[in-house]
Amino acid sequence: MKAFLKYREIWLFAAIVLLIGLISTRFPAFADPGNLRQVFNDTSILMILALGQMVVILTRSIDLSMASNLCFTGMVVAMLNAAHPAIPIPLLIVIALLIGLVLGAINGLLVWRLNIPSIVVTLGTLTIYRGATFVLSGGAWVNADKMSPDFIGFQRAAFLGIPVLSWIAILVIALFFVLMTRTALGRSIYAIGVNPTASVYAGIDVGRTKFIVFCISGMIGGLSGYLWISRYVIASVEVANGYELNIIAACVIGGISIAGGIGSVGGAVLGALFLGIISNALPVINISPFWQMAISGSAIILAVVLNARGERQQGRIILRKVEAVT
Amino acid sequence: MTDSPAPRHIPDRLDKPFRSAIFSWEALLVVVAIAIFAINSFASPYFLDPYSLSDLTFNFTEKGLIAFAMALLIISGEIDLSVAAIIALASTMTGMAVQAGADTPVLVLIGIVVGLGCGAFNGLLVTRLGLPSIVVTIGTMSLFRGIAFIILGDQAYKGYPENFAFFGQGYVWWVVSFELVLFLIAAVAYWFLLHRTIFGRRVFAIGNNPIAAQFSGVRVGRTKFILFCLTGLMSGIASVLITSRLGSTRPSIAQGYELEVITMVVLGGVSILGGAGSILGVVLAAFIMGLVTFGLGLLNVPGIVMSIFIGLLLIIVIALPIVWRRLRGGR
Repeated sequence: MKAFLKYREIWLFAAIVLLIGLISTRFPAFADPGNLRQVFNDTSILMILALGQMVVILTRSIDLSMASNLCFTGMVVAMLNAAHPAIPIPLLIVIALLIGLVLGAINGLLVWRLNIPSIVVTLGTLTIYRGATFVLSGGAWVNADKMSPDFIGFQRAAFLGIPVLSWIAILVIALFFVLMTRTALGRSIYAIGVNPTASVYAGIDVGRTKFIVFCISGMIGGLSGYLWISRYVIASVEVANGYELNIIAACVIGGISIAGGIGSVGGAVLGALFLGIISNALPVINISPFWQMAISGSAIILAVVLNARGERQQGRIILRKVEAVT
Repeated sequence: MTDSPAPRHIPDRLDKPFRSAIFSWEALLVVVAIAIFAINSFASPYFLDPYSLSDLTFNFTEKGLIAFAMALLIISGEIDLSVAAIIALASTMTGMAVQAGADTPVLVLIGIVVGLGCGAFNGLLVTRLGLPSIVVTIGTMSLFRGIAFIILGDQAYKGYPENFAFFGQGYVWWVVSFELVLFLIAAVAYWFLLHRTIFGRRVFAIGNNPIAAQFSGVRVGRTKFILFCLTGLMSGIASVLITSRLGSTRPSIAQGYELEVITMVVLGGVSILGGAGSILGVVLAAFIMGLVTFGLGLLNVPGIVMSIFIGLLLIIVIALPIVWRRLRGGR
């Protein structure tokens, strides 16, 4: 199983290297380390979001409200900053994490306590959170001139030659790696995805774990809210509209099975990078950005077809065992 | 009109407690619809006017048409997130045909055939390759709308023939629009298909237990394929209506419709896990969503705030029976 997972990520990694190679035949400077660092920085937010979505998908749930959470939290943080520029940025990040946590906990409570399918809950909160952003802001924008220089500059500051945004992404990746491979919670998340009934018998509180998972994705949404707003220096109701599907697309390309239980931190990161490279490469090789949507759509379908082939091999073994028993 | 036949439309249910549960769901929807209707007519003096009420129907007819097919698809345990993208692609193809000088019947045919083709493509990927439909249709959603973007970019197609406008703007009689008539015909057709035919029984069987259905001789793959084709077909029809109503095509047409259609279906009492639901519920949910949107619109409430109400409505209507059952069970 572990060797199999590794195999899939190496595969995706090879596809990314190939992609970069193809692009650099048309535009050699693309494979430049400096440019690749730039691409990584550009993709940081998507990678962070994909990791938050991954833990939810692993438990056979889905969080469609992440982009709306991002939009709402980003607006709150931006308005706070415009009204009280003295609030230090680390405190703002904590506030963003807390707001995101509350929004995620609402999703989690509805899934845990009322047993409503997560797709229905987050479909509802998707529209509610974005609508709440409008109510909060009155439809107004928060522009760059209202944000404090610290607010905008924090993530752009270079540390050891790499922007803080990239460092945050690296930190989040490391945290998720520890969570998924070195903690009991991480094991329970996989267990629930593979077999919820068996997890109950193994002593895992399935409902509570799902609640925690939604709290995690909520916090990630909140954190990304600050990062997104300070990166694109505009807070409006339209921020990240429809982006929830990009996040899921990154997970799917990264080999995370929508049926739960299969997927890894590396996969989510590589899936996000794949999409990031495409969107960064199209302008430099003179392909109209209008092609991006169709290309990422084809990439998703291709990824599902390839992943399903791998999963089917597993399935066959299980089926054979079942046949042997009956 | 819709509330009295409710108990009689359900007898294809096997066990009685379940039947009464479904009945109470639709009763709940009727109560919600009447309440919203009453609140609306008090809140705005312009609401109770035949012409206003006729305008109201445009809020849900196009999405409702797709919702019927989507209901069947969700009952069978699958989902199609690409419906709005199918509308965009079908509308773009219709626009291309206009540039080539095609006539109204050809335009309608192209819209419908493209829709059907996209649905069949989804169906093939899901049933032939055995892929999860939620992921496949997220992919085809990007693909179909992406093709529309490649063709159109930031341009728009205009110049549809005058008689093409009838489908989205025409009235059959007095204030009864062509779209409303089509919606009602489709409602009856899908009610009959789901609740009165062997095909409909198979859809329920697949949704409840696909493996048992397979062993009972139901062709699960073929049935699901047909359902994807139907959803594509209805999206194609909706695309003709929307294109005709707006009189122009942009690649961003019908953006976000897929979530509204699914909200409509789930609000209508169709279980997102498959295996349960009724067309009557979907019709009621369509009316409710139209009423909420239109009533709030008359009060000058911005669209984005309306979406809060739709979202709350979705969660509350789903949560209410669960909370109620738990309170009753807790005693």
